[in-house]
Amino acid sequence: MSVTQYRRVAALAAVAGLGLALAACSTKGDDSSSSGDKVTITVDCMPVGSQKELLKDWNADVEAFQKLNPNITIKSVSVGAQCNNPPDFTARLAGGTVTDVFYAYMTDLQQVLDSGQAMEITQYVNKDVIPTWDSISKEAKAAFSEGDKLYGIPTKNYSMGLLYNKNLFQQAGLDAKNPPKTWEEVREAAKKIAALGNGIAGYSDYSAGNTGGWHFTAELFSQGGQVVTADGKKADFNNDLGKKVLQNLKDMRYTDKSMGEKQLLQWADLLTNAGAGKVGMFVGAPDATTAIVTQFQGKYQDWAMAPMPGQGGPAKGTLGGGEGYFFKKGLSKAQVEAGLKWLAYEKLTVGKGQFDYVRAKPENNPVGLPQPQLFIPGSDAFKADNDLKVANANVTVDDFALFANNPVPIKFEPANAQAIYAILDSAMSAILTNPNASVDDELKKAEDKVNQALAAAAK
Amino acid sequence: MPSATVAPSPVHASRPAAPARRPRKAGGQKITNNVTGYAFLIGAIICFALFSWYPMVRGFIMSFQRTRRGVTTWVGWDNYERILQDPSFWTAWKNTAYFTVLALVLGYAVPFVVAIIFNELRHARGYLRVLVYLPVMLPPASALFLYKYYAYDPSDAGLFNAVLKFLHLPTSQWMQSTSMAVPAMVLASTWMNMGGAVLIYLAALQNIPGSLYEAAELDGAGLFKRIRHVTIPQTKLILSLMAMLQVVATMQLFIEPLILANGAGTQDSATSVAYLIYQHGFFQNDLNGAAALGVIMLVVLGGFSAAYLRLSAKQE
Repeated sequence: MSVTQYRRVAALAAVAGLGLALAACSTKGDDSSSSGDKVTITVDCMPVGSQKELLKDWNADVEAFQKLNPNITIKSVSVGAQCNNPPDFTARLAGGTVTDVFYAYMTDLQQVLDSGQAMEITQYVNKDVIPTWDSISKEAKAAFSEGDKLYGIPTKNYSMGLLYNKNLFQQAGLDAKNPPKTWEEVREAAKKIAALGNGIAGYSDYSAGNTGGWHFTAELFSQGGQVVTADGKKADFNNDLGKKVLQNLKDMRYTDKSMGEKQLLQWADLLTNAGAGKVGMFVGAPDATTAIVTQFQGKYQDWAMAPMPGQGGPAKGTLGGGEGYFFKKGLSKAQVEAGLKWLAYEKLTVGKGQFDYVRAKPENNPVGLPQPQLFIPGSDAFKADNDLKVANANVTVDDFALFANNPVPIKFEPANAQAIYAILDSAMSAILTNPNASVDDELKKAEDKVNQALAAAAK
Repeated sequence: MPSATVAPSPVHASRPAAPARRPRKAGGQKITNNVTGYAFLIGAIICFALFSWYPMVRGFIMSFQRTRRGVTTWVGWDNYERILQDPSFWTAWKNTAYFTVLALVLGYAVPFVVAIIFNELRHARGYLRVLVYLPVMLPPASALFLYKYYAYDPSDAGLFNAVLKFLHLPTSQWMQSTSMAVPAMVLASTWMNMGGAVLIYLAALQNIPGSLYEAAELDGAGLFKRIRHVTIPQTKLILSLMAMLQVVATMQLFIEPLILANGAGTQDSATSVAYLIYQHGFFQNDLNGAAALGVIMLVVLGGFSAAYLRLSAKQE
């Protein structure tokens, strides 16, 4: 081959290769199809490779489901261990690359609807398709509804409480059976735990990556406050209740020095410290202990959970949130029905999928946590699930009994929650890192920004 | 050049022989050759078009639009007005400008000085070059995590604080301090990136003819005079090019606040313009506002580049 010919072949090969590469990058594929009786759907939030047991269970469930429903093919997609890391999720929504049945937080309804990616599924959902549908809490369903239109299926929910390290409580001379009930008691206990030294924070909190705003909201709810007005149009935290939240934190951080030096923490940072035994208390959901154990080398036996503390008495509310699945716009009736069947099997059937405690117990996945709280207390599904959970518990149920037996009224997250949390991070980080930061000024700044964001969202 | 194969005609013997005409290529051959050229070019054009030009045009259009319920409408200057009213807007520009100036002082001057020192060395130059270039080989995220968890730990256990304490100097909160956040980002960024700049300067320095230094020495020039009158003028072109690249790169400050400060830092002390774009687009569900801010940034950087080109044209 002459040099000229060689160059020509190389150039054509390069162009052909590029074409192939671009074709491979294309997001349009044959993933979402229904031909004849055969239906294929793509579903995300498959566990990642490092979650070996969970991934094995997921694959086994897909196989079993497909055997039961030979006309349905499930194509699983992994989108990271967190399933909804807000920037990745936003990119998938904006780029139109979400799967046919896609995972989202309860706070994401507005964003999903604005993107135009979700379809209404009201007409397809009933107890024939999802047998436990009538047992699922109304609040959880409401998080995926707008008016009387249903856009998604809730699959997990939580409410927050006070997680505490029993080991550190004992070392600090505190009674682990009688954890703090109020923010004043949290402050006192935090001082004693921090006095142990060795870089231990008596109480720890977030202030970055949207998690600071999330926890500000949770602590405001415990005071009886709300982040936005009832009509959702204005910020409603620049008041005495909001000031108490920040003042409590400022006092613990700088007056008591009980929150440690390291701040600007986001989700993984705090849980890493907790897993290393450097955190006495923090506000969280029951499954935070799962993350501490499975991802951050902690031990279940170190942790217990109490109800959310209140100001001078029991908490007036606790933040509730959760997750579920939306359906991508444009799916056929058969695809929606296949997706609902899969969710019913994997996420909403007692004894199967996420509720398969017999399988989870020997795998050391936690059984016995008071979460999810998806089924209405007293309903058939609630009772059946609870019985199975108690029979197979592998965590000490007593450690979570104070939380489970003293329910605090749940307040769900507001619309546009992630945008609000991003702004409130700034107030939390200021108070936790700058001794001269003014609580009043920080709340005012955040209020102005939230009002601006809400006005923009309403346009 | 006269052709060796064509004899000059007797009539024009006194004239130089005319060059032989190259045989005209057939039209088909010419097209085939051009096709080969275009085929090589098309890959680059497609890549630039897809990943650079199209996103820029799309971003510009998006900055005048709003999407609600999957429906996109034109909203004129609304997104720009909203972005200009964002309380973090001017803070982000101020931080970015501060970072750029500091990076110019530290990140621009230090590599040049290091390169001059290396150039003067007779021994171990190769080892030192490797040593300075090593941080460039670390993925930027890993390098920044090293700084975040080991160097900038605000407790006394942090590397820098431990050294400061050992020297009986006051310690710092580093990224948690409103006054230290930007200098700390500059320090980490300079450490991470200076290796590449040092090698480029070193290559430029080694191209300076040794005779110029000898002449300067004969004229009695000391080290500083040699640098001022020989080194700097001889590397002016590369110095000015690196200055422009440095400014354009540092104005796009993003990964440092993202990793070192987990975002905006204390009271927005680490927020950069690029991070603000990211925050609007991916945390506040405001892709149109993010596009508007991106266009503003493009205009500013474009203005700077135009001014640079004009200045360098004048100098030439």
